[in-house]
Amino acid sequence: MISKVLPSEQVKIIDKNARSLKTSLTELTSHQDLLWLFVKRDFISFYKQTILGPIWFFLQPIFTTTIYFFLFYNLAKLSTDGLPGVLFYLSGITLWSFFSELLLKTSGLLRENAAIFGKVYFPRLIVPISHFFSGLLKLSVQLFLLAAVSIIVYFFVSPFNFTAAFFLIPFIILLTAIQSCGLGLMIASLSVKYRDIALLMGFFMQGLMYSTTVIYPLSSTSGILNKIVLLNPMTSIIESFRFCLFNKGTVIYAELIYTIIFSFLVLYVGLLMFIRTEKDFVDTI
Amino acid sequence: MSIVVEANKISKVYRLGQFSGSSIGFDIKRWMAIKQGKQDPLLSQAQENDRTSSAGKDSIVSSLKDVSFNINKGDSLGIIGRNGAGKSTLLKILSQVTTPSSGSVTIKGKVASLLEVGTGFHPELSGRENIFLNGAILGMKVKEIKNKFDEIVDFSGVERYLDTPVKRYSSGMYVRLAFAVAAHLESDILIVDEVLAVGDAEFQRKCMGKMNDLGSSSGRTIIFVSHNMAAINQLCNKSLFLNKGMVAASGDTSSVIASYLNYNKVVENFEGDIPENSSLHGTGEARFTKLRIFNLNKEPKKKFGFGENIFIDIELTVNKKIEQVLVGIHIVNNLGEKICMLTINSNYTPIDFEKGVYNMSFQFGDILMPGEYAFGLSISHFSSGADIDYIENFSQFSISRDSSNKDLIYPWPTIHGIYKPNAISELKKIV
Repeated sequence: MISKVLPSEQVKIIDKNARSLKTSLTELTSHQDLLWLFVKRDFISFYKQTILGPIWFFLQPIFTTTIYFFLFYNLAKLSTDGLPGVLFYLSGITLWSFFSELLLKTSGLLRENAAIFGKVYFPRLIVPISHFFSGLLKLSVQLFLLAAVSIIVYFFVSPFNFTAAFFLIPFIILLTAIQSCGLGLMIASLSVKYRDIALLMGFFMQGLMYSTTVIYPLSSTSGILNKIVLLNPMTSIIESFRFCLFNKGTVIYAELIYTIIFSFLVLYVGLLMFIRTEKDFVDTI
Repeated sequence: MSIVVEANKISKVYRLGQFSGSSIGFDIKRWMAIKQGKQDPLLSQAQENDRTSSAGKDSIVSSLKDVSFNINKGDSLGIIGRNGAGKSTLLKILSQVTTPSSGSVTIKGKVASLLEVGTGFHPELSGRENIFLNGAILGMKVKEIKNKFDEIVDFSGVERYLDTPVKRYSSGMYVRLAFAVAAHLESDILIVDEVLAVGDAEFQRKCMGKMNDLGSSSGRTIIFVSHNMAAINQLCNKSLFLNKGMVAASGDTSSVIASYLNYNKVVENFEGDIPENSSLHGTGEARFTKLRIFNLNKEPKKKFGFGENIFIDIELTVNKKIEQVLVGIHIVNNLGEKICMLTINSNYTPIDFEKGVYNMSFQFGDILMPGEYAFGLSISHFSSGADIDYIENFSQFSISRDSSNKDLIYPWPTIHGIYKPNAISELKKIV
C-alpha cells in the first residue's frame, strides 16, 4: 500500500469520480505560470501577422459602432435615451463584445482544446480563466477608446452628468464575466455530447443581443418586449453600465438583484457541470 | 522499494457507434439504473474489444478489464501489446486525461506525460515562446524553464530559428524542439508513448540516450509504450503485456517480451499452411498460403545446426493479375527485429504476377548465429508501398550451437551477434 508520508497533494487517486470543486479550485493556485502564458498567447496570437497589430483592438468597436450608427440611428431612428448615438452604441458594444467573446470562447473550450486536453493533464479551468484575463486586457484597451470618445463628445458635442457611480464600473465588469463564464461552462459541458448545442450558439448569441439593450434603451420598450428584455440578465448590466458612465439609463434595483443572483447561480452550476464533464470528456468528444 | 504507482482493477468501457437521438434514451436509462443502485449498464454490457469481429452497430466494448499492477520507485515499465490492446487507454488514465470506468490508480509524486510531441505548440508563436508555453503545459514553472533554457536549446539544435514562428519550422525541427522541452521536465514519473517513432535515426538515438539517462541516473520512474521490442528491452527493466485489455504477462522485460512474441506466433500445421486470419493487413489480391522450412535432405525441420543450409518454399496464391510488386522475406530475431530481407530477385526490381499459384524457393547457408528466429512475409505495391499481404513472426526456427559440419564450429559459450556475414579474410605473419 502507498504510505501517506508525502503531503496529500503529492498522492493522487484516479478513479471514476470527478474531482471535487474544492480540489479543482485549489489545483489552480499552483498553475499561475501557465495562466499568464496562456493570456500572453491569446493576446499576442490575436494580431500576429497583421499590419495594424494591436490597433485592431480599436478598429473592431469603431467599425461596429459606425454600422450601428447608420443602421439604427440614421435609418431606423431608434431612441438612444437622449445620449449621442456614438456614445450609446460604443458603450453597449464594448461591454457586449466582452460578454459575448468570453461566452463563446468558454462554451467552445472543450471542443477546441480537445487535442491538448486529450494528451496532457493540467487543470482545465485554467483555460477559461485565461480567456477571462485576456478578455479583460482587451476590454481595458477598448475602454481607453470609449474614454477618448467620451471626452471628445463631452467638450465638443454635449456634456453629460458625471457621477460617483462611475467607480462601480469594475463591479459591473466582474458581474458580466461571472455570468458569461457560468453560461459558457454550462454550454461547454452540454455540447460535448450533443453537438447540436454548439450549432445553436450563433442564433443564441444573436437572440441574446437583440433581447438586451445594446441597440435600444430599456426606456423605449413596452408590453411583452419589455418583459422579455427585463428577463435577459444582461439588460440590467448594460443599463447600469451606461448609468455609471453617463448617468443615462434605467436601473431597477429588483432587476439588478435578479441579475446578481442569476450570475452567481449560473457560475456555481456551470462549475459543477464542467467538473463532472471534464473528467472523461475526451472519450465522448 | 516503495511503490509509486498502484493500479487496482481498473476497467474502461467505451461506447462504439454514433451518438444520436437514441443515445439520449440510453443516457436516461443508465442514469436511472445508477440512481437505483444497480450496476452501470455500460459496464455490464461491455464486450471484449476485438476490432475484427463485427458486433452490433451501437455496441459497448471494454478497452481495459481488471488491470492491476504496481510500479516501484525507479523502475522503468514497458507496456507492450498489439494495436487495440488498451495501451493508449491505460496511458490516458495514468496521465489523468480520462478516468477509469471502475477501479482506481494511486500515484505518488509528480507525473509528466508525453503522449504526443509538441502538445500545445502554437504555430504563430516563436520557438522561444513555445518553449515556455509547452514547458508550462507539461507542468514546469517558468523559473525552471529559464534555468534549463540553454540546455533545451542546445539539445534541440534549432538555436538559429529560436525567434521564428514554429509554423515555419520543418517537421524535424518541430519535433526536436518539442522533445527537447519534454526531456528536461522535472518529474518523479515520466509517461512516454512511442514518441520516438519520429525524427531521424540520429535524433532517435539521442532520445533513447536521454531516456536511458533519465531512468538510470536520476532514479526516475518511467512508463514507456512502444511496439519496438528492442527499445523496450534496452530501456525497461519491467514490462507489462496487455492483450484484449487484460494483463497477459508482467514481470521482467525479457520474459514478458518472450511471452508476447510467443502469443503472436501463428499456429501452423505440419504442411506449413498459413491460416487465412494470420495476415496482419493486405488487400487480398494475393496471399501467402504456405511456408515450408526444411534441410538439405528435404526433411521438414525447426532446429538447425550452426552453419547448416536452410531451405524454404513459399507458396503465393495470386487471385488477380498484379503488376509491379515487391516480395520480401524477412528473418526476425527473438525481439521481433528484422535482421535481414531476402527477395526473389537480388536486384530488388518489382515484378508482375498473373493469376495463379506460385512457388518460391530459397536456400541460405551459414548466415545466422545461434538463436531463435522466425519469418515475416510481405508483398506490396512498388509505387505506393501499400501491402497486398503481410505476415509477421511466422514459422519459428532455431539455430543451435552444435554443428553437423566439422569444419565450422561455434566455439564461444555466449552468443556474439545474430548475423554472420560472408567476409573474405586473410591472416599473414608480417614481422
